[in-house]
Amino acid sequence: MRAFISAVYVFLYAPIALVVLFSFNAGRNASEFTGFSTMWYGKALGNTFLVAALQNSLIIALTSATLAAIFGTMAAIGMERLGTRTRAVLDGLFAAAIVVPGVVIGIATLVALVEVFSFLNPLLNAIWPGANPPQLGLGYGSIVAAHGLFSMALVTMIVKARIASLGRDIVEASSDLYATPLTTFRLVVLPQILPSVLAGFLLSFTFSFDDFIIAFFVAGSKTTLPIYVFASIRRGVTPEINAIATLVLVASLMMILIARILMREKKTTN
Amino acid sequence: MTVAKAAQTDQCNLKPQGTNVTSHSVNDIEFRSVSKSYGAVTAVSDINLQVPKGAFVALLGPSGCGKTTCLRMIGGFEQPTTGDVLINGKPMNGVQAHQRPVNMVFQQYALFPHFNVEQNVSYGLRQARPKISAPEISRRVAEALEMVRLGGFGKRRIHEMSGGQQQRVALARALVNKPSVLLLDEPLAALDKKLRTAMQIELQTLQRELGITFVLVTHDQEEALSMSDLVCVMNAGRIVQLAAPQEVYDKPRDLFVADFVGKTNRMAATVEADGATLRLADGSALSIGERSALPPGAVTLALRPEAITLHRQNQSISGRLSGVVTHRIFLGSSVEYSVSVNGLGNFLITADRHVLSESSLVEPNERVVLSFNPDAAHIFPA
Repeated sequence: MRAFISAVYVFLYAPIALVVLFSFNAGRNASEFTGFSTMWYGKALGNTFLVAALQNSLIIALTSATLAAIFGTMAAIGMERLGTRTRAVLDGLFAAAIVVPGVVIGIATLVALVEVFSFLNPLLNAIWPGANPPQLGLGYGSIVAAHGLFSMALVTMIVKARIASLGRDIVEASSDLYATPLTTFRLVVLPQILPSVLAGFLLSFTFSFDDFIIAFFVAGSKTTLPIYVFASIRRGVTPEINAIATLVLVASLMMILIARILMREKKTTN
Repeated sequence: MTVAKAAQTDQCNLKPQGTNVTSHSVNDIEFRSVSKSYGAVTAVSDINLQVPKGAFVALLGPSGCGKTTCLRMIGGFEQPTTGDVLINGKPMNGVQAHQRPVNMVFQQYALFPHFNVEQNVSYGLRQARPKISAPEISRRVAEALEMVRLGGFGKRRIHEMSGGQQQRVALARALVNKPSVLLLDEPLAALDKKLRTAMQIELQTLQRELGITFVLVTHDQEEALSMSDLVCVMNAGRIVQLAAPQEVYDKPRDLFVADFVGKTNRMAATVEADGATLRLADGSALSIGERSALPPGAVTLALRPEAITLHRQNQSISGRLSGVVTHRIFLGSSVEYSVSVNGLGNFLITADRHVLSESSLVEPNERVVLSFNPDAAHIFPA
């Protein structure tokens, strides 16, 4: 049994460890370790295509995570005031959204966006006063929308759990002490749920930054980092790819670690 | 609305001299045929209640009797389904909690965990419009903390305070605003017995000094009797009796009050046709005493444990009821006996040790004789 469990862990982590190891390979060949070097990190960061893809990924991750954090929190707060039955239905829908496979979300979002664009673009053409009417198309907007929607469900689940543990008492105490609902939110609710909002933001950021499947469907001509890696792998695995993978891995792990720390219930609150 | 609220607070500042004259006839709180239902469940039905200014009222009843709902309707956390709640003579329909001149001490204190003691206590003052100056706020906060004997604790975190101290912070946080009414939702339930007794005395003292109307919700009859000057006994969403503590205890309006407030022995009996004789379940007759004639029929007799006198059988007393002591509970200054009487069931008797003629206590399994003054018995229709 112990050997079996060990084998599971080896199969899980050995490939990742290899990627990290070979990112420090001095040689060109990705199958034979010839010495320690950080040259591939330098090469990777000198690659303009790669840096552009990284920039795209950062912009998209930042935007979608911010939107998800704001709207997810609003949804979580709004759902508190719903009746038990409506809330149970919405809870189920949010949970379902998280487990729907990426491929399905990707296709669904693509179909929906294309439908909407083909309806709106002629409309824009007709009403635009200038000579060159803007055309809606796939790109930043569509990836942000797809990631943001998915992440919003994530944020809502996390923030809702925190609000549930908050209790109605301190909100009522605040309004009893003459605070308007807005002031109560600012002075009492927000400070209490802020760690979970930040955790949701970080998880959303990590999700968007790492996501390949959904982005691949709705990216149009834009290239994100995972899409770039996927495309360049077809030209052969180089230590440069390993270096990128290692960077993404470290960044993601750090985000998730911070999120975990933020989500941990403070034992001192009561 | 916030302006009206500020004016209210100012008025309270002048309270010791002025306002009693102008608002003499105004009740601080008034319920006019208030009902509250949640869907098909009726929590409170047709409550009429007037709380005079400066009174200490206890809403007493078993859980689910609607007492907390009443308190929450005063605080503005619930709106009545029908009827009006008035504060200082003004109808409060549609007025939100943050616009009402009342403050509440919550059952679990509901202190803000991310603020320290001082920030908790100053919270209400910081919301006041027009703004209160910072030095004035810190002066009043220090005064309030001094009042609940927590001077110097201002910088402490909430979780560094004990339960009793948190209780005082909650009290200071409410009283610092000088509300016209203070609402207390089972404020002492979470404290241990010794601390609870100390806080009961403290609350009573504070209430007398400040002259603020206190409305206390409790299911603890001892707490209600000892602290308030008006007890409102509630059951199943209705007010059963509203009277001074002594009257509630001595003249319970019905069997529920007799049972819920204090301890009571119950006996089934029948009023004879003459309206002056009671026939007990064991067949013995009893004169009704000095009260006027009762309609014949089945009744229930309620007797306080201290209204019954216990005699040893070897004493030459022609007792009415004889029985056997089954249990003895030693309480220090007094002793409680459970006595099984043939045909009438168990009786609880409280005997003051100093009144007992003998120094030795009555032992379990000893045969005893019980006597009582018929006037001390309460008679309710069965």
